[in-house]
Amino acid sequence: MNDANGYLLEVEGVRKAFPGVLALDDMHINLRYGEVLALVGENGAGKSTLMKLLSGIYVPDAGSFRLQGQPFTPENPKHALESGISIIHQEFNLMPHLTVAQNIYIGREPRRGLVLSDRELNRRAAELVDRLGLPLDIRATVSDLTVANQQMVEIAKALSYDARVLIMDEPTAALNDAEVRTLHGLIRRFIREDTGVIYISHRMDELKAIAGRITVIRDGRYVGTLDTAKTGMREVITLMVGRTLTSDARPVDVRDGRETVLDVDGLSTKELLRDVSFTLGKGEILGFAGLMGAGRTEVARALVGADKASGGTIRVHGRQVRIHTPAEAAELGIGYLSEDRKQLGLLLEHDVSENITLPSLRERFSRWGLVDRLMARRAAKEVADRLTIKTPSIRQTTKFLSGGNQQKVVIAKWLVKDCDILIFDEPTRGIDVGAKEEIYALLNSLAQQGKAIIMISSELPEVLRMSHRIVVMTEGRVSGILSADEATQESVMHLATLRPNENPEDAAELGLLDLHSTEPKAV
Amino acid sequence: MTSLLSRAEGATDRATWIAAARNRLQQLLAFASLIVIFTFFSFANSAFPTYSNVINILFSTVVIGTLALGTTFVIITGGIDLSIGTGMALCAVMSGVFIVDAGLPVIIGVPLAILFGGLIGLVNGLNVAVLKLPPFIATLAMMLVAQGLALVISNSTPIYFTDNPGYIKISTGELIPALNIPNAVLVLVAAAVIAGFLLSKTLLGRYTYSIGSNEAATALSGIDVRRWKIVIYTLAGLFTGLAGVMISARLGSAQPATGMGYELQAIAAVVIGGTSLAGGKGSIIGTVIGALIISVLNNGLQIMSIPQEWQNVILGLVILVAVYADMVRKKEA
Repeated sequence: MNDANGYLLEVEGVRKAFPGVLALDDMHINLRYGEVLALVGENGAGKSTLMKLLSGIYVPDAGSFRLQGQPFTPENPKHALESGISIIHQEFNLMPHLTVAQNIYIGREPRRGLVLSDRELNRRAAELVDRLGLPLDIRATVSDLTVANQQMVEIAKALSYDARVLIMDEPTAALNDAEVRTLHGLIRRFIREDTGVIYISHRMDELKAIAGRITVIRDGRYVGTLDTAKTGMREVITLMVGRTLTSDARPVDVRDGRETVLDVDGLSTKELLRDVSFTLGKGEILGFAGLMGAGRTEVARALVGADKASGGTIRVHGRQVRIHTPAEAAELGIGYLSEDRKQLGLLLEHDVSENITLPSLRERFSRWGLVDRLMARRAAKEVADRLTIKTPSIRQTTKFLSGGNQQKVVIAKWLVKDCDILIFDEPTRGIDVGAKEEIYALLNSLAQQGKAIIMISSELPEVLRMSHRIVVMTEGRVSGILSADEATQESVMHLATLRPNENPEDAAELGLLDLHSTEPKAV
Repeated sequence: MTSLLSRAEGATDRATWIAAARNRLQQLLAFASLIVIFTFFSFANSAFPTYSNVINILFSTVVIGTLALGTTFVIITGGIDLSIGTGMALCAVMSGVFIVDAGLPVIIGVPLAILFGGLIGLVNGLNVAVLKLPPFIATLAMMLVAQGLALVISNSTPIYFTDNPGYIKISTGELIPALNIPNAVLVLVAAAVIAGFLLSKTLLGRYTYSIGSNEAATALSGIDVRRWKIVIYTLAGLFTGLAGVMISARLGSAQPATGMGYELQAIAAVVIGGTSLAGGKGSIIGTVIGALIISVLNNGLQIMSIPQEWQNVILGLVILVAVYADMVRKKEA
């Protein structure tokens, strides 16, 4: 090939730590000339950190990169681009108010002296778009384009730099099948002897279609590289989830025939959710699993009225209700504990007692608009003790509490409010292992007291050990609901990555046919 | 290749034209409102639609208009500049210091006063881009500093240009005697043309929109956002300096205690003209129309003998209606 070892891009033993987190450790990737290499890994496996290192936004703590056999140290995004590495991030880096042509050539505007030459700009852009065969109007404003076309603009921009290495992070997350085919066509045309693509995706079906090899990473480490042609899906997924459960704990008190507390039928939103239906029983813990962007949080937000639902019905205790705001949800006894505790769940500068009593101030702790602070503090103290919130006093400023104890404060809020349906979104994110166990114990005891609980989590082991049933989501839809018996890391992961009706062979290989019905076969 | 190209362009012409028209709608709306308001006053009072009164309206637009031109750039980046009102007063005082106290010729003193405005803007730019202070805070502080400095430097007394008739002619002289148009109006037109050129035809303008549209993406595209922000705030400062010259030339004196409040009128003009405070969107022509709407309102209400106090109430309502109409339009789009 072009040089001795024949690799276009090499990542050698790269390590990157952030305070409290080892994001990447001893990472290896070898991209050959002329290949599409798939990179797969669970949420948080370290993919986005790797991209930020390659574009020079972060500097590695150890290890190095080699580009065409030469040592490569990206200094900043521009340097990486000019060295031939183009990265298309999952979040678009476009200027929505500018036109397609202006976006593609941002930072490289053709001009005569001081004056921009829009004629030349549009000519170049038209030529590029024509050459790539993209259905883009180069004079259109980007905010007027569909998501798929915005993606095309990103690709045109990346290719306009004469990229040698193209890195795409979940490029098809927002695309339909026809658009995916167009994208794959583009990638095939981009691939030459001296170019290569790193294709990050969770969609196993696509990897088979486009990638020659699959590199699996897990928890920031290199796990292995497989030949797509010789590899079954089962093998890839086993490598991906390979981590063993942190404990052998299983959900407690699993049984059928619970009284239905919440019945959601056909919930949809304009943006993402399509026909989401499920029921939640008294004393039940219902897990929500799925990959990033599958729509788990969106279900919770639409349910409590934080986002506008475009269709579907919600029944609480058998009565059909319409919920427009989180306040109305709270009136009905539905509490939503946001995934973003610090931004949306707590007033960090205020004390524990104020936080705990905030949602119920009006009904329980005030008269004629005056707050009865003593009564509020007494109630806060009582619930803080019950949840064993570790704080020197309930007057302590909340930001000084540990992550686990902050989470307990959020839970306390909704207990004081007397909610009987609690939606936990990533309840243990950013909490250390010991505190996690406490939160788990707390969730179990709440369920045993008859609270109905929805637990949304990106950590599969956590969903498996806690949930009586698991709703698995893909691309805004429910792809299956598994009972505690049926649920394993593999079965959940398959539901989360496959679109079984579109890939019968893979689904058959895994014994997962008919999964688009909500009554899945046991694995 | 050529034929391919022209085909692609032909096919998209119509869609592009429609999109462009939609983008211009706010400006068209603003322009239509200007016409409606003007027509209303014309029917209400026959003293309103005369040549001399129209010139009057243009003349009274000069100071707010000049400030608004510069601040349009800052607002399109998603920033704000509160220091332009008192900054203008400080530049007027500096103009007096250069020309009256130091006795420099007008042709040197005026550019110096304008450059002094650029210096104020430069400091704002450094505070915003390098120290990363929120623009609201950085320029609020500068607003107080400029007000204080204007009073300190002038000993809290106005500086009169009585002995410099050439200076006063910058505003009230008539370069083209036949038209009866004061020079100040010509200066405003020239300033607007320059601002329009910078915003629509140069890198500075392109990056102004780009930063306001998505600052992180602009930086990732390899553009030195910090440097351009400094340039943009400095440019706004230069317009502040020009406004300082124009107001002191018109009054025949530099009034150190004035200025406060002008920044809000200028921001109002920008907003009425369809520039979004969220950044990414706006135009110079819109700002000019916005400034004219404010002048026409003030002038018309005055002619109808409506008290000054009520003029402010009406201006406030106009801002609410203009911005709300823009929001409704955006939701529908």
